[in-house]
Amino acid sequence: MSKDLYVIAEQRDGEIAKVTFELLGEATVLAADLNEKVYAVLMGDKIKDKSQELIEAGADGVIVVEDPMLAEYVTEPYAKALTAVIKNYDPNIVLFGATSIGRDLAPRVAARVHTGLTADCTHLDIDMNKYFDFLHATSTADTASIEKRLGMDDKTLKMTRPAFGGNVMATIRCADYRPQMATVRPGVMKKIAPQAGKQGTVEEFKVEFTAADMNVDIKEVVKDTKKAVDITEAKVLVSGGRGIGSPEFYQELKKVADLLGGEISSSRANVDAGWIERDRQVGQTGKTVRPELYMACGISGAIQHIAGMENSECVIAINKNDTAAIFEVSDLGIVGDVKVIIPKLVEALDKYKAENN
Amino acid sequence: MDFKLSKTHLLQQEMYRRFAENEVKPLAEEMDETEVYSMELLAKMHKYGLMGIPYSKEYGGVGGDYLSYALCMEEVSKMDGSTGITISVHTSLCCSCIDSFGTEEQKQKFLRPLIDGSKTGCYGLTEPNAGSDAAGQQTQAVYDEATDEYIINGGKIFTTNSGFADTCVVFALTDKTAGTRGISAFVVPLKDDDGNRTPGVTVSDNIKRMGIRAASNCEVSYENVRVPAANRLGKEGQGFKIAMKALDGGRIGIAAQSVGLAQGALNEAVEYVKERKQFGRPIAAFQTTQFKLADMQTKIDAARLLTWRAACIKDAGENYGPAAAMAKLFASDVANQVCREAVQLMGGYGYCREYPVERALRDAKITEIYEGTSEVMKMVISGSMKLK
Amino acid sequence: MKIVVCIKQVPDTNEVKLDPKTNRLIRDGVPSIINHDDKSGIEAALQLREKVGGTVTVVCMGPPQADVALREALAMGCDDAYLLSAREFGGSDTCATAIIISTALKKIGYDLVITGRQAIDGDTAQVGPQIAENLGIPQISYAEEIEPNGDVLTVRRQYEDRHHMIDIKTPCLLTALQELAEPRYMHAGGIIDAYDKDITVWGFDDLKDGLNPDHIGLNGSPTKVVTSFGKMAKGAGTKLDVSPDEAVAAIIAKMEERHII
Repeated sequence: MSKDLYVIAEQRDGEIAKVTFELLGEATVLAADLNEKVYAVLMGDKIKDKSQELIEAGADGVIVVEDPMLAEYVTEPYAKALTAVIKNYDPNIVLFGATSIGRDLAPRVAARVHTGLTADCTHLDIDMNKYFDFLHATSTADTASIEKRLGMDDKTLKMTRPAFGGNVMATIRCADYRPQMATVRPGVMKKIAPQAGKQGTVEEFKVEFTAADMNVDIKEVVKDTKKAVDITEAKVLVSGGRGIGSPEFYQELKKVADLLGGEISSSRANVDAGWIERDRQVGQTGKTVRPELYMACGISGAIQHIAGMENSECVIAINKNDTAAIFEVSDLGIVGDVKVIIPKLVEALDKYKAENN
Repeated sequence: MDFKLSKTHLLQQEMYRRFAENEVKPLAEEMDETEVYSMELLAKMHKYGLMGIPYSKEYGGVGGDYLSYALCMEEVSKMDGSTGITISVHTSLCCSCIDSFGTEEQKQKFLRPLIDGSKTGCYGLTEPNAGSDAAGQQTQAVYDEATDEYIINGGKIFTTNSGFADTCVVFALTDKTAGTRGISAFVVPLKDDDGNRTPGVTVSDNIKRMGIRAASNCEVSYENVRVPAANRLGKEGQGFKIAMKALDGGRIGIAAQSVGLAQGALNEAVEYVKERKQFGRPIAAFQTTQFKLADMQTKIDAARLLTWRAACIKDAGENYGPAAAMAKLFASDVANQVCREAVQLMGGYGYCREYPVERALRDAKITEIYEGTSEVMKMVISGSMKLK
Repeated sequence: MKIVVCIKQVPDTNEVKLDPKTNRLIRDGVPSIINHDDKSGIEAALQLREKVGGTVTVVCMGPPQADVALREALAMGCDDAYLLSAREFGGSDTCATAIIISTALKKIGYDLVITGRQAIDGDTAQVGPQIAENLGIPQISYAEEIEPNGDVLTVRRQYEDRHHMIDIKTPCLLTALQELAEPRYMHAGGIIDAYDKDITVWGFDDLKDGLNPDHIGLNGSPTKVVTSFGKMAKGAGTKLDVSPDEAVAAIIAKMEERHII
């Protein structure tokens, strides 16, 4: 019978990706509800020494597939290796990070073993009560009808994900095929504090590769530096209005943006004043943005500005004027001086990063 | 009776809309400010067929009809009136003269490059002293038997596209004594293929205007400009008929431009009133606003139906002159009313140049003037009513 | 080269709004468009055809209304089009969809298959790789450049922190990022030609030789939707007039809550 949760450990140049630790953290919670174990599948070349890190992050055991062919990610060798692992161990659940690797590998393998795969999940549940708690807290979904269909003893993986550009959420199940597979959005699940010295099994799994498995030819691997900005693609925007006082203050905003992996943007007034380039202007005459976080700093919230950012997932506004219109569309409004608060925020974020990495 | 657009027309409308939103809208404000039309934009319009819609594929055109052309005019004019007139003068004034009256050879030589994307055209009828009274032409074309050429002398004003156009259909007197029967039409190259100005042709700077400021609209003078006799469209003396027929069709384009200007302004106003809060609620929640918008949309729809009807009559090969005049008379009036109301709804912001309704209001005025004033439209319409 | 581009007709999700009262999607009046990544795929295919010759075929699975998406592709310059449409196909998840499309592709024939990376309505990015697996051909997903080079295609494959330059032999499948190519507009004349062409419509019977009916449609799909729901309507939000340090603490807390940090 299919059993246990398998987390696909993603590594690049021997470094385990952050999302892997998040998945292990989540998997330990799900495993407890199933009374099953958590395994990490670690594929790469000379990678075995990373096993202990995975065990300390929540894995009960690690299955290691090592081969020079797995040094750099290529679809077919990885798909072949993972398929062999799945056929051999018969997992109940397999989790991937929804990264450009996970989203390439997972569908290929799902099709090969003919099972269901749910993409880009932001919430996972086994236990029905926990699932209903989640639904009650975040939605108006009709849990009574779900209870009627699934019952309260259901132990399948309930995979919740956004669709329609985040306008709607859907919960998906794969009841009849195993393993149940999902890719999970990075940054959503919580890793657990590493348990130093934790014991776990490390098992080497041998996959026979042939030259034909390397069916493409990687000519060049190029590590990229930052790309050109497109504020409509940014996940976080730190936006400055007249209240920032001077063009130089954008440097402060940029520090915040850099710490959050975002970009700086602007109201129209500052663009017209030549404080910042026009392609960073948000608003009716600029760009319409919907980032995960929009920080409006010293922006009063003129109607033409709000039209360009009101669909942001979360808005934090800082403004001296407590009647500023921007507060009407903000999740969190801070009445105060950006010139005082932003430098303190930079410090706090620096500290936060240092503590949590 | 079917008020639905065909699938082909719907998809064309969609394409023109996307083109206008992505290509025209971002440039409109700056082109208006600088009073210079973007040559990159013009090249793109040629590339995607916007400059050859109602002409046969045989000559490199799109193979569409006048309704298609009207749809394009509406969509581009929603974003920018100047773009509307740039397409219109090229398509329904310049090209139509050659398409309707040119010989096969003339069509191959002159129409093809205009609609396959290589050249842009204009139309020289209006003179400083011959506006609504187009018959009062003073430009002359004298035949030189020795070279089988005409020698053109005179001056035209308000020649749209002339600042960059390659080809102009010019009207000139070949017989001063014959009144309207003394006018002939000529295809005059304003430049050669390398872009050098034709000897004797002088084009002024862009004339400073209230609206459609991005359009190129200049004075063009012709001093001993030699044109081969083979460039004459139709017979000697047919020029006035050629000019009037082109204008009849052109009016459908201007009606569509008017509808576009009005709908564009209304769309802006609708977005605004939903956002703008006064007295604690969006101004869209006030019935005065709602009723005003209802009136505006109704007028626009009526103007659109008149425009489409005129286009359909033309496409059916029937007499469309009066229908085109009614469409232009009504639609241009609606454009002015609606743009004015849109500015009013948006208050101080509407009056600011940052918002496109200000430009639309300035652009709208010309629709009551060019290609026949509203007064001339009434002459055409009443003339068809058998009053005498 | 015979290039086949698989496209999906999707609602323009920028236009999709939630009814604040019922929390349901308002799809009335929302325009249907060709999915962005797929459209880049069409453009890349057309550019490739300009370089190496051949044909561009476009395939779409969907309801009869998806006809217009195929007409648009034809108006952009594609040579021919197939619509895969049947009641039996309805409700298919990505796995079942890939099975249907790959069955059709086997019948159509191909040297190169291009799909979009992902569709804006589902955002799964799964169908492309699943088609490649069903066809047994190599794939490169997240393609941001394609350059023909003798008997191989050199593809720039994007990752979060790097890119690979990869040579791949046909037959193969690429999934296109929007950055791959800026799609051209339809040509006005192309629209008129597009409606003069015939689009091949294949239903279940046309594909049944290669299809296991138990693996397609709603019932044949391994994954099934339990429920879909709108996110809880945004609250009024909180406004704090506190000391700068307390303000910073509140901002950090909000960022944590939203998984920004």
